[in-house]
Amino acid sequence: MDVFLQTVVAGVLKGGLYTLIGIGMTLIMGVMGIINLAHGQLMMLAMYVTFVLNTMGVDPYVSLFVAMPLLFLLGVVIQKFLLNPLIKVETILPENQVLMTVGIGMVLTEIARFVFSSDYKYITTDYSNRTFYLGKISFSVALTIAFGIALVFTAAMFWFLLKTDLGRSIRATAQDKDAATLMGVNTGRITVITFGLGSGLVAAAGCLLAPVYYIFPDIGGPFTAKAFIITILGGLGSTVGAIFGGVTLGLAESLGATYLGMEYEDIVGLTIFILVLLFLPGGFKRLTKV
Amino acid sequence: MLKVSGIDVFYGDLQVLWDVSFVVRDKEIVVLVGANGAGKSTTLKTISGLLKPRKGSIEFDGVRLDHLAPDRVIGQGVVHVPEARRLFREMSVEENLIMGSLSPEAKKKRYETMDWVYQLFPRMKERRKQPAGTMSGGEQQMCAIGRGLMALPKILMFDEPSLGLSPILVQEVFEIAKRINKEGVTVMLVEQNVRQTLAMCDRAYVLENGRVVLEGTGKDLTNNAHVKEAYLGI
Repeated sequence: MDVFLQTVVAGVLKGGLYTLIGIGMTLIMGVMGIINLAHGQLMMLAMYVTFVLNTMGVDPYVSLFVAMPLLFLLGVVIQKFLLNPLIKVETILPENQVLMTVGIGMVLTEIARFVFSSDYKYITTDYSNRTFYLGKISFSVALTIAFGIALVFTAAMFWFLLKTDLGRSIRATAQDKDAATLMGVNTGRITVITFGLGSGLVAAAGCLLAPVYYIFPDIGGPFTAKAFIITILGGLGSTVGAIFGGVTLGLAESLGATYLGMEYEDIVGLTIFILVLLFLPGGFKRLTKV
Repeated sequence: MLKVSGIDVFYGDLQVLWDVSFVVRDKEIVVLVGANGAGKSTTLKTISGLLKPRKGSIEFDGVRLDHLAPDRVIGQGVVHVPEARRLFREMSVEENLIMGSLSPEAKKKRYETMDWVYQLFPRMKERRKQPAGTMSGGEQQMCAIGRGLMALPKILMFDEPSLGLSPILVQEVFEIAKRINKEGVTVMLVEQNVRQTLAMCDRAYVLENGRVVLEGTGKDLTNNAHVKEAYLGI
């Protein structure tokens, strides 16, 4: 029983981070209708930002406030100068924005390899390996803090989307672009802001992950895949779904690692992904109808 | 005053409007009637900037609308209630209304205007927390009109508001258009429902195959031989 509870706790904590990754992807999916296949690579950049700042003695949780605005700006630049121009060319299908994100992801990876080499880097903080106990269940200090911060950011994001005019405009653009334009929403600007927000959120996940994970240029790919899985699990474009998707993936990986073995961690996530695609296309959104 | 002068509009290489001109004067109710595919919706979309004319101009109170970005048109007081409602389906009625009042002036009076809209449509007040997409067609039309009113329009353009509604509701929607007009808002209606709209309007234009073929007061057109034969089935 203790092992099971321990596994669930570890899974939920990881799920918090996955939620942060998934919400960013979901926002971009909802507004632009495309999957951002450079999502994990943006997180990788944020991890390197954290790493560089850490060599200067900055704590990863402080570098959060540097990496997020930086990645927000990078997201804005990517959307404005690389993705939006593609829509204006009539001979190019809008779907080709997806191919563009693949290219962006590759370029980011190779730049990171060029600057930092392929070596694994890691950040050691005095809390990286520390744990505390509630009863017999151990909690990783770093992951618990990460979970708390992820929770705060997720709540803030929901408040922003539900209660501010800009947030409403983002949702309106996702639901009906032309109608949003008629209401006076500059939808081009909304896509730029949304990509920036998505990048900023995944940057936060990168900073929070940095103290407990290795940092290397190719880390982006697997996390892009995870973000994709979370988005599909939650139902494309559903922000509430992204929370379910994130926690489900975290739990699945954690349970897989405990009961099947560490090397099966990713297989469990991917298996669930395929099962959902086969038997519940539309994701968890179909069950809740939200 | 809205003044459309000689606009040519294309979808890609396909020309849909040919040299279309008309005016809507302040406080008037003007209808643009015509069959399916005559170019009525295209005309409205061009006025509200979703489409750009290749030739001609569109002026409202001296401002060239065709030179504005599409999201800036509503700020001039030119508000388009689109065909098939186009509500934000997953948002509540109240949020849909809020989306109508994004411009700084409209935002300042947001909750005042909302009270007025709720007075006009008491049903919307009852349903204010309900997702707009789950309401009936008539209620959705009320919500779409309400959303348009939230922008404090000088001219409100309705694109086929009677589409998919029962005869009683159609009557109600036209009554609402008249009431809004009485409150000082210029009204432009685009309709296939020729008989009823000609009876309620000040002036009307008939659009056929992308060209304005007839214009006149509602009464004149009702008695016009061509209109009688082609649209009224007499």
